[in-house]
Amino acid sequence: MVVKIPELAFGFIVPEIIVTVSAVVTLLLAAFGRRAIAGTLAGAVALIGAGLALVFTLSSWDVDASIFNGLYTIDPFGVFFKSLALIVSLLVTLLSLRYVEREEIVKGEYYSLLLFGVLGMMIMVSSTHFITIFIGLEVMSIAVYVLCGLLSGNPRSAEASLKYFLLGAFATAFLLYGMALVYATTGILDVREIAGYVASGKFVLTPMFMMGMALLIVGFGFKTASVPFHMWTPDVYQGAPTSITAYMATGIKAAAFGAFLRVFYTAFLPFIGEWSGILWLIAVATMTVGNITALVQDDVKRMLAYSSIAHAGYILIAFVIGDPFASSSILYYVLVYTFMNIGAFTVVILLGQKDRENTGIESYAGLAGRHPLIALSMTIFLLSLAGMPPLAGFMGKFYILSAAVKAKYYWLAVIGVLNSVVAAYYYLRVIMAMYFRAPSGEQRQPDFSPAYSIVIALSVWALFYMGIFPRDVLLIARKSIGIFM
Amino acid sequence: MNEPFPLLSLVIFLPLIGALLLMLLPRRNAPLVKVSALILTLVEFALSLPLFFNFDEKNPGMQFVERREWFPEWGISYLLGIDGISMLLVMLTAFLTVLCVLCSWKGIEEKIKEYYVSFLLLETAMIGALCALDLVLFYFFWEIMLVPMYFLIGVWGGPRRIYAAIKFFLFTMVGSVLMLLAILALYFHHGGETGVYTFNVFDLYKAGMPAVMQYWLFAAFALSFAIKVPMFPFHTWLPDAHTEAPTAGSVILAGVLLKMGVYGFLRFAIPLFPAAVVAAQPLISWLAIIGIIYGAVMCIMQADLKRLVAYSSVSHLGYVMLGIFAFNMQGFEGGVYQMLNHGVSTGGLFLVVGMIYERRHTRMIADFGGLSKVMPRLAAFFMIITLSSIALPGTNGFVGEFLILLGVFRSNMLYGVLAASGVILGAVYMLWMFQRVMFGQITKEENRRLIDLSKREAAILCSIVAFVFLMGLYPMPFFNKMNATAAGYLNDVKAKTVVYASPGNIPAGQIGAK
Repeated sequence: MVVKIPELAFGFIVPEIIVTVSAVVTLLLAAFGRRAIAGTLAGAVALIGAGLALVFTLSSWDVDASIFNGLYTIDPFGVFFKSLALIVSLLVTLLSLRYVEREEIVKGEYYSLLLFGVLGMMIMVSSTHFITIFIGLEVMSIAVYVLCGLLSGNPRSAEASLKYFLLGAFATAFLLYGMALVYATTGILDVREIAGYVASGKFVLTPMFMMGMALLIVGFGFKTASVPFHMWTPDVYQGAPTSITAYMATGIKAAAFGAFLRVFYTAFLPFIGEWSGILWLIAVATMTVGNITALVQDDVKRMLAYSSIAHAGYILIAFVIGDPFASSSILYYVLVYTFMNIGAFTVVILLGQKDRENTGIESYAGLAGRHPLIALSMTIFLLSLAGMPPLAGFMGKFYILSAAVKAKYYWLAVIGVLNSVVAAYYYLRVIMAMYFRAPSGEQRQPDFSPAYSIVIALSVWALFYMGIFPRDVLLIARKSIGIFM
Repeated sequence: MNEPFPLLSLVIFLPLIGALLLMLLPRRNAPLVKVSALILTLVEFALSLPLFFNFDEKNPGMQFVERREWFPEWGISYLLGIDGISMLLVMLTAFLTVLCVLCSWKGIEEKIKEYYVSFLLLETAMIGALCALDLVLFYFFWEIMLVPMYFLIGVWGGPRRIYAAIKFFLFTMVGSVLMLLAILALYFHHGGETGVYTFNVFDLYKAGMPAVMQYWLFAAFALSFAIKVPMFPFHTWLPDAHTEAPTAGSVILAGVLLKMGVYGFLRFAIPLFPAAVVAAQPLISWLAIIGIIYGAVMCIMQADLKRLVAYSSVSHLGYVMLGIFAFNMQGFEGGVYQMLNHGVSTGGLFLVVGMIYERRHTRMIADFGGLSKVMPRLAAFFMIITLSSIALPGTNGFVGEFLILLGVFRSNMLYGVLAASGVILGAVYMLWMFQRVMFGQITKEENRRLIDLSKREAAILCSIVAFVFLMGLYPMPFFNKMNATAAGYLNDVKAKTVVYASPGNIPAGQIGAK
């Protein structure tokens, strides 16, 4: 049921307001606070803000409302992705507490931008209106362009920032152009109204409209890092501060998939015949290129970057099918993926030092002997990424594949599982280094901090929980995709 | 139904709980870790005994059944149960794990805690896979099995362990992911036909499928299981894995993990896809025969003792597959019995090879000769186990192999003749190996100072030899346990397929006991 609320309904956007306020407060703290404590305080504000926002978001679980004249929507689908974005920001803020200190990143701005990025994600996934989606996407992207370059003095970080900005701007233009073309054909900017218009029978499929859809695929494809729009990913992921890499690989990807899913499954589902073929190819290319390239990486951070491309490919498997019911597997997967990826990146951070990231696979050699618990948690994350039961990564893959098999996309499923075997090889390589090889080179103490342990422990718990008792989360995901039914 | 005591769950998860407890023990206190692991596996074995003794021989169906909801919306349930076949394999697993812990007492000196934790996790996964009757649950355990084994080979293995571990993992994974797709396809097909979406294997048995679909799904299941068995030409991971694995790893790999493949055929591939089985029977039988002969020929040429035993597994598992795919009472029961025998005999051979290796740090046959003079006790045990491996009457191997050959002859004379030739080859390579290692003059100085068996080692081998003779001379109790299951199983298969040689009038148990 859609509740029409003509007045300004600020009650519905309390989480967004909280995030904005905390972002501004952290920024002001950086400007006016005393240097010694400002950074820590900013981190605390960011944590509290995200936590509060999460509580309020979850409490709007049963709401289904269209507010601000249809420009903004609160529905379970949006709530799911908003909560996910907030979970990502909580985890990333937690692990940043120590990381920004070590890397001497300007703290106030860092947390502030992190929150603005999350705000962008939240806006982007809670609207059916092209303009709002676009604004959300831009708020998110601009914050992240800056975040990528925050490692001052590191040329790779600057390169990442510039590369991401230039290509990102280009992709945004594609997206906007796509929206414009769709608007030019239909005269409508709201995806639900487009769906209604198409259903009314007055609509004629024109090349311009199809062009619009194609350009939207390009725009979203860029943000989700799908092949062939992935070229920026490895360099940006490697050059950015590792905490931001984790943030991008999980938060941005999830938000982009959220908006992508909403637009295509609401407005363009009748034309699935036109776009699912293209996405089929993109899915196969994304999985295969991501995995094959990851095989030869000797740098764990870069390997995880390629693996994140491959995981976008797995998610696209379920996307291609166009079965609204099966799309809940996408939601489940992005959630699971968030925990395993952030967990893995936390371990990567943990093993680094200022100016020396130690991300080469050789610095993992013999880790199990020196730090068995770190090695064990990394093993759990990697095995989950490889899709081994009883971890959540397996269940994620299971649901994606079941969606494909149910819709009789057998070849896609076969390509998917064979890819997961290829992926297992490079995940196992890291495990091999940790357990089977003798340590090489000088040995440095990892950068211990309770904040990291909390993130790791939470992720491990989440992976076991969602892997062994997938029911709870899947039912939530299923409720979220009710909007497509 | 009154909820009975969840014995199976206990047997499955006790090692897991034990592994978690073991992790908490202090790393420095190695004896404590070892003793705790031994106690855990002994308790586990003791707990599994009621499964054997309380097993109702008359009941061909599943026993000790447990059922709990897991994910009802999807028809995934926590469904456990054992019949006469899986019960014996569970017993074998629990038995061999105790021996594995014992035989690693001295051989494993590094990361002792992790070693026993891996073993206990492996035991949970193996027993779980044998008891699971829900395809998702089965797949869970089936995949989990990979991880501890991967670590056992990779951490505590020989010089080429990394290569062997990754090869083992990837080979098995290729098969199992395709099986996962087949499971899903089966699930949706059954759900679409009947409206009941379930992963319960007994409901899925009743799924009627078009023949083409059966072929594809059977191919996926069969590939996964054939890699595990391993059947020719999917066996290439096995010699590497065995050669590099630590002794106990080899024992459990040969003793139980390979049986998982056969068990998978029995429990899943054959009853689920009867039409495909009819079509695939000649193919599988020929592959089994090629495996028998190829494995035996490869054995003759091996210079490494452990590799030789590994290839002999290829040959023996060929018999098992051939017997089962004869689809008559003798072949089937012989095949199942031979699985147990192979676990005992080949497990024993790996143990002996491991004991020799611990003393001499080489496994090359050329480095030995005349060992019986310095180690008479080991030589005696080795002889008995060798003879059981080549199926001398009076040992367990004879009963199984004889029944298999009998069954195969009755179903197809040509197969029988070819398979029987493997028996001769088996005698050739085993006896020749034994002769080169144990008899003759001591040619190497290092061999003069070798010490004979310790009490611990003698106890391990005694328990193996006890089973060699028990199962060879008095196989009745074992056959009694599986007769009803086997008969029921074959009747089901017969009802679904046309190929089925007549069940015969001679109850197999009597042949074995003659």
